[in-house]
This record gives sequence, structure tokens and C-alpha cells, in this order.
Amino acid sequence: MTILIFLSSGLFLGWSLGANDAANIFGTAVSAKMVRFKTAAIVSGIFVVLGATFSGAGASGTLGKLGSINQIAGAFIVAFSAAITVYWMTKLKLPVSTSQAIVGAIIGWNFFSDFLTNYDSLRKILLTWVLCPVLSAFFSIILYKTMKIIYIKKPIHLLKQDKYNRIGLIVVGAFGAYSLGANNIANVVGVFVPVINFKTIDFGFYSFSSVEQLFLLGGIAITVGIVTYSKRVMETVGNSIFKLNPEGAFIVVLSSSLVLFLFASQGLEKFLSSYGLPTLPLVPVSSSQAVVGAVIGIGITHGGKGINYRVLGNIASGWVTTPIAAGIISFISLFVFQNVFNQKVYTPISYELTNVVVEKIEKNGIAVPKDIQKIEYKNAIDFQKAFEKVKINDNDFLAILKLSKLTPMKIDMKKEITKNCNLNFKQIEALKNIDGRVFNHEWKLIESLSKIDSSWRFSKDKQLNKKLHEQYNYIFTLFAKTNK
Amino acid sequence: MSIFTKTKDLVAKIDEFIDQTSNVALHFKEAIYLFTSERMKEFEERSLKIHEIEVRADTLKRDIESKLYSETLIPESRGDVLGIIEGMDGLIDWSKSTIQEFSIEKPEIPEKLNESIVELTHQVYLTVDALTSSVRSYFYNINEVKNYDNKVHFYESEADSVAERVRRDLFAMDIDLSKKIHLRYFISRIDILADKAEDLVDRIAISTIKRIV
Repeated sequence: MTILIFLSSGLFLGWSLGANDAANIFGTAVSAKMVRFKTAAIVSGIFVVLGATFSGAGASGTLGKLGSINQIAGAFIVAFSAAITVYWMTKLKLPVSTSQAIVGAIIGWNFFSDFLTNYDSLRKILLTWVLCPVLSAFFSIILYKTMKIIYIKKPIHLLKQDKYNRIGLIVVGAFGAYSLGANNIANVVGVFVPVINFKTIDFGFYSFSSVEQLFLLGGIAITVGIVTYSKRVMETVGNSIFKLNPEGAFIVVLSSSLVLFLFASQGLEKFLSSYGLPTLPLVPVSSSQAVVGAVIGIGITHGGKGINYRVLGNIASGWVTTPIAAGIISFISLFVFQNVFNQKVYTPISYELTNVVVEKIEKNGIAVPKDIQKIEYKNAIDFQKAFEKVKINDNDFLAILKLSKLTPMKIDMKKEITKNCNLNFKQIEALKNIDGRVFNHEWKLIESLSKIDSSWRFSKDKQLNKKLHEQYNYIFTLFAKTNK
Repeated sequence: MSIFTKTKDLVAKIDEFIDQTSNVALHFKEAIYLFTSERMKEFEERSLKIHEIEVRADTLKRDIESKLYSETLIPESRGDVLGIIEGMDGLIDWSKSTIQEFSIEKPEIPEKLNESIVELTHQVYLTVDALTSSVRSYFYNINEVKNYDNKVHFYESEADSVAERVRRDLFAMDIDLSKKIHLRYFISRIDILADKAEDLVDRIAISTIKRIV
């Protein structure tokens, strides 16, 4: 129950995303009466949930790297600040996107809790925001021109064209909803991923992990937004922002959905990297900006007439103002929540560079600079300062940071464990073997358990590894020595 | 009915409507020829045929219009399509009433003008025929509409000049003024059919710009 109360801000964010962003997918079709609202709501509802549940992990992972929120109250505030920013900026009629708000709010949390912001991730995210409308415009130009050639080469009857348009709008709408769910679910519940642990549901052939359950909940929140509120938005947005013919609408939805899909698909990422090709970052982007990009693309194919350059300026300003506003709101809210309501919004994490840790780091092929003298650091900012003067590349630094992170855990088998995690008999036996022992680092516990039993060892089976990750995360949280 | 059968049905109805317009133009041309040849029995048969087509076209028109609205088809082009259908229906009505008036008033045509009036009717027929092709391309192949537009304009101006020539010849004749004025009315009525076709093709041209992607 407490979890649901804290999750409520994320679900609210999901609701508003459903109410607003579903209009980007089906707005034109519904307002032009090409597709009935009921059909649009059912199709987008189902596909948003599917996309969120089964393809949401990619973009969510990037947000997790930007800042891993480690207290549920903190996650609540972060999602809440993003929601407030979206609401407030919408009221002021400023361009806003959930993706940009959540990123700002996470950075606000990082600042508040002295955590390092992963600038590599941030750079990746910012670049993607710029790339999103550009890529969308590019797709819409290519697709529109292709469609034009097809229409000239193979003309079809007006009424048949109308029929194909209707079917096409529903099909690309479904794809759009799937991509929206996959790409934007990270905004809705991404910050809760590290702090909420649901029981894994095992169907035998598929284990429904905690993260997927969280994504499902977020997806349902988006769907509720679509069903309850998006009709109004669709009817106004579809008419006022862009006046497109059904063919144009089809292209716009297809191009923007493609962009959202590209920035969410782990499958594509794996495919590209397996051929040694550069991959696209998996980042939550703004579906509205993808749509605007695609509309501009169509404008360009018509000789660039009627392109409203102010819209472009507004988009660019949103890249800056939204995250800053959300960051400030998040920082202030965290302060208030911590000091007025006495809620713990983050768990401080300290770092140590003991001999054991240094040995482990060196085993991983990374040299620890000799100049680093101090052993303990009370937070990541201090740790980073210590490394400021030495030459070290970002990836090595992050690896060192991860290995030296202090996460004191005491294995206590009196705690009830079977209830919340599908541990098998061998795994529990292995845990019993180390009952009472204390571990200061996650990697140490993994090492110990892997040595005792193969059931705790990572293998080549991805499905098994996924489950094992969940189980490790579960025992890390369960046995964590909290300083409550 | 599924969306597929519905579309097929409506496509067939629109096709039939275009065919009927084209048929009316053919019958119209034949009827005037028969009238000038004073083959009145055959003329009346043609007149009856045109009347039957007009009734059928009216039913088709109502059917098409109600289907387009009740099933919210082609929302973007619906107004244009209805305008085109209405315009063609206007052509059919005009042909019917003109032939009817020939049948009732039986204007006296001086033998010398027979050939010119048949020629005028032929130009009018060509105009309407090009128009029906233009309408067909509006539905089937939007890129070809332009070709037919040009033809409609050409035949219409041919019809105009023939009509002018016939009127000049008519008023140069030594017959009663009342007969001249009576016949002029009929010449104008025939020529107006070409004007109406031209107006409609202008409307199609604008609707086409909207639809070209």
C-alpha cells in the first residue's frame, strides 16, 4: 500500500502522458473522423501497455544511469516534480515534455543528495533530444516522397485510398502506441525501478519480473489517461496544431513512431552492434517534438512554405527551460520533504578504496592512480574530487566508482526470503552457508555466492541472467544494513 | 457489411453514375440529330430513355451521398465529391429538360441550320464526354485530371464559337422574329450544357490540387 502511495506521482505522470501524448498518435485521425475515438482508445491502450511492459527497459536503463535513486520517497518527489513542471508549463502554454522534465528532476535529486550526475549519459540524452525532431523530419521527407512516387506509379481509387488510409492509420497508430509505451514508460516509472521490488511471477516459460510489473502498472496509468481524458485533447490538437490530409497524417505518425521506436529498441541496438555498426542511444524522447519534426519534414517537401519557425525556437528553448525548471522544483521539494516531513529521500552512499578493492579493480585491468591516498569518501562528489587531478578516462573512473561503492550487507537467514523472490533450494542453501557474514561490496557477495553454487553464477543464458539480476538486487536490498 | 464490401459497393455506384452521365450525353446528341432529321418517333424514344436515366441517376446520387455521410468516408474530400456528383446531376437534369422542351415546343429549324445545330450538339457532347473522363480520373487516377481539363476547355470554346455562328446565321435569315427568338432560346440551352460542364471541371481542378500529395 505504501508503495502505491509513493508510486502515485509516477502514475499521475503516466496519466497525463496518456491524456496528452496519445493525441500525437491518433489526434489527426480522430479529429478528421477517419478513426473512431473508441477504436483509437482501445488500440492505443493495448499497445502502450505491451510496449511499456516488454520494451521499456532500454530507455529506462539510460535514465537509471543518469541517477540511480535509492529511496522510494526520493523517487516519489522526482516523479512528482516532473509532473508539477509539466502541469505548470502546460498552464503557461510553454512547450514541455515529460522526458525533459524527468531528466531535470533526476539531476535535481543528484545535486541534493551529492550523487554524481553521469555526464556521459546526460550528453547522450541531450544529443538525442536534438536528434529526435531532426531524424523524424528526415524520415517523413523520405517516406512522403516514396509515397508520392507510389501514388504516381500505381494510382488507386479515391475510396480505396480512403480505406487503406483508415487501416494504415490504425496500424501505424498501434505501432506508435507501442513505441510511445516503450520509449516513454521510463519517464513514468523509470525512477522507481531501483527502489520498488515486486515479487517475480514465474509462468514457467516466462518470468514476469518486478521491473516488468512496474512497467505494466505505468502502462496501465497511461492507458487510463488515454481512455479518460485524451478524447478532448485529440479533438482540439488534431485540428489546431497541424492541418494535414490523411496521407500526411499517416506519414507523420509513422515517422515519429519510428523515431520513438529507434530510441527504445534494445533488439535493434543488439542487431546493430552485432554487425559492428554504431548504435542509437536508448533515451526517452518527446513524442510531441517527433511529431513537429515530421510535420516540418512534410512542409519541406512542399517547398518549405508554411513552416512556423517560432515552433522550432520553442522546441529548442524547451530543451533548456524544462529540465532546469524541473531540477529546481525537484531540489526544493526534496529539501521540504526531508526537513519538514522528515522523510528519507536518499540513502547516502560512501566509497572506500581498501586494498581488497584496489586488488579487484586491478584484476579488472584498470590501474588505480598512485596519488589517491585517502581510503574513505563520504559521497561520490568527494570521490570525484580526489580523482580530479589524476588522468583517468571516464569509463575507468565509473568502473572504479562502482567497485568501491560501500553497500554494507549482513546475511541474516532469519529474515523471510522465500516470499518475495523465487529462490531455489540450492540458492537458499548457498545463502545459509554464509549466514551471519558481512559484505561491504555487492561484488564481494556475488563472488562468494558464485563460488559456493553454480545457481548463483551468471551464464550465457540472457533470460536466466535477467532473473539472477533480479534475485541479486533483491538480496542486496533485503540484507542491506540500513542506518534507519 | 465489412469495410471492404462497403467500399466496393460505393465504388460501383459512383462508376455507374459517371456512366449514366456519359450515356445521357450520347442520347442527347442522338436526340437532337433525330429532331433535326424530323424522325420524331425515334426522337421521343430517346427522350424517354433520357428521362429513365435521370430517374436512375437521382436514386444513385442520393445513395452515394447518404453513404458518404453515414459512414463518414473520405472526410477530407467529401464536400468536393458531393459537389462533383451534384454538378453531374445538374448536367443530366439540364439535358433532360432541354430534350423535353424540344418535345413540347417543337421549335421550327430552318433546313439551312440543321447541320450547324448538329455540329454544335457534337461539340457539346465532346465537352461533356471529356468532363466524365476528368471525373473518372478524379476518382481513379488523380494525376490524369489535368489532361482532361484542357480538353473540356477546348471543346467548350469550340461549342461557343459554333453557337455564335449559328445565332448569326439565324438572325441573318428572312424569317419571323418570333421564330428566331424561339430558336435562339434552344441554341442557348444546348450551349449552356457545355458551360455547365466547364464550370464543373474548374471545380474538379481545385479539388484535385487539394488531393495531390
